[in-house]
Amino acid sequence: MSTLESVAASNEEKHAPRAGSGATDPVVRRAVAVWIVGLVAAGAWALFGSLTLTRVWPNHVVGFSDWAYTDELGTGVLGIASLLAIVGLVLPSFERRATTPALLRAAASLRRAGPWLVVVPLALGAWEVLTAKTAFLPTPFFAPPQALIEVWHDDWARLLDSALHSLALLGVGFAYGGVVGFLIGVSIGWSRAIGYWVHPVLRLIGPVPATALLPLAFYVFPSSYAAAVFLIALATGFPVAILTWSGVASVSKAYYDVARTLGANPHFLVLRVAIPAALPQVFVGLFMAFGASFTVLVTAEMMGVKSGLGWYLTWAQGYAAYANMYAALIVMAVLFSSLITLLFRVRDRALVWQKGTVKW
Amino acid sequence: MVSLAIEEPVASSRARTRRAAGGVGAQIDARGVSHWFDTPKGPLQVLDDVTVSVAPGEFVALLGPSGCGKSTLLRLVAGLERPSAGALLQDGQPIERPDPSRIVVFQDPTLYPWRRVRANVELGLQARGVLRKESARVDEELARVGLTEFADSFPHQLSGGMAQRVALARALVNDPRLLVLDEPLGKLDSLTRLAMQSELVELWQRSRFSALLVTHDVEEALFLAQRVIVFSPRPARIAAELRVDLPYPRHRGDPLFAELRREALHHLGLDASW
Repeated sequence: MSTLESVAASNEEKHAPRAGSGATDPVVRRAVAVWIVGLVAAGAWALFGSLTLTRVWPNHVVGFSDWAYTDELGTGVLGIASLLAIVGLVLPSFERRATTPALLRAAASLRRAGPWLVVVPLALGAWEVLTAKTAFLPTPFFAPPQALIEVWHDDWARLLDSALHSLALLGVGFAYGGVVGFLIGVSIGWSRAIGYWVHPVLRLIGPVPATALLPLAFYVFPSSYAAAVFLIALATGFPVAILTWSGVASVSKAYYDVARTLGANPHFLVLRVAIPAALPQVFVGLFMAFGASFTVLVTAEMMGVKSGLGWYLTWAQGYAAYANMYAALIVMAVLFSSLITLLFRVRDRALVWQKGTVKW
Repeated sequence: MVSLAIEEPVASSRARTRRAAGGVGAQIDARGVSHWFDTPKGPLQVLDDVTVSVAPGEFVALLGPSGCGKSTLLRLVAGLERPSAGALLQDGQPIERPDPSRIVVFQDPTLYPWRRVRANVELGLQARGVLRKESARVDEELARVGLTEFADSFPHQLSGGMAQRVALARALVNDPRLLVLDEPLGKLDSLTRLAMQSELVELWQRSRFSALLVTHDVEEALFLAQRVIVFSPRPARIAAELRVDLPYPRHRGDPLFAELRREALHHLGLDASW
């Protein structure tokens, strides 16, 4: 709410001079109240859209054929520009009238996104100019924005299939690795006897990058899929086990004393004291494991698994279909970023009792 | 060696055990207890032949300088550790492990940060598997310490005094027969401290549990306890025993109170400061 007010206030200041010399007159000021940043953003999108249109600036055609979807991109972007222009014009009066907090929050986050809405079309426009319009960046290796749209439009089925395969493989491997790593971490944190046997093994095997075991795994396991699941589980399990262990080991002795005097048995001490107390550390382990598992996933798909986004990348590169590669990379970025966001959400739910956690 | 235990035939202490099931305080006897810690520099003696007893429903304070070993005695009474020498008995039975009939309130509230206030108070009932049957007790105790409105708060949202009251409720919900208080008010500001001393007296008078309080605050000991046992510096030895024959609620301005304070400080070797 305070951000909203301050943004509104700074906005008020910005267009106060334009309200004329009698800037103290509230009626005049309200009459011209518009969302300046929104209108600037609309202008930026309009610039990007119109320079994309072939009527305005024809593509610099190199070799074979012209880029498809150029005018569609330009038209679409101009559509965004007009939408933003409308929003920029009505947002302040909408905010004055809106009463539902959800709508006000949406308006506030739109205002917060304002500067990005200006910068993004300028960057995209520069990309468009450097590739399609001037061919300053060499053609097959650098694809213009419309080429990505072409890929997403024409090859969406294969991309979706690849994304789903990646997700499934990652999900299975991560689940196995997370569960096993967690159990190992708890048991070596809790039992000295288990720690005696497991800890040295963990110390030796854990630091080996899972990708180094790729060749071994591919012939030990019956299928490349099983090998990939194993390697992802391995890459996931190690950080989860170590962090869970350290979490369990660092639980304050006072917590156990309290529970013991209240009549807790060892079972209760593990499930209700050690594990909840170690949970913040477990999540640190899960975040580290996520990064490691992405690497192993993509590598395994590039090396042997015949599906998934990693496979799509090598396949696209093999055909010199660089636009497909960029399109797949962006899909991958969105996918992995969403997964991390999801993990953050789960963490915020599970650790609602912690104060001052980082917001993703 | 100062023997404070009133020797009684075993049969009568058994009979008390049966009566005690109804919530009467426990009889605690520490007989000739000595304790050593293993340190890198060799064994460190913290308790030297300590014999103390707490009669059922009695409030006894252990007063002594910081680090003298009083808290160790409490840990032994609670059953968290076993003494190097001597015996600890509850109603004539040896104390071998922690038991929910003897509950400790520590200097730090040590609430579980991941549990809301209500769930923290429920801890003992849950650990013993009687939560469903006795969940009404949780509300009762929360009301008794005046924290009903904060039942859904997390510990980090509470002030120090509130947190310690939750710790008290968490102890009392189990209907302990002995409440072991390890400097429970030591970290509170002085105003909260005074208020909670009165609250403690009320709680004790209402529930009639036995209470064993460790403190290094002379006034606190005299304000709360019926008997104050003064310890020497480490290794803790019993230096003196003061009987506080003042009616509750007590007043710090009482002449007898001032007299007892002077005496206690004398035993602590602090005559000069008075």
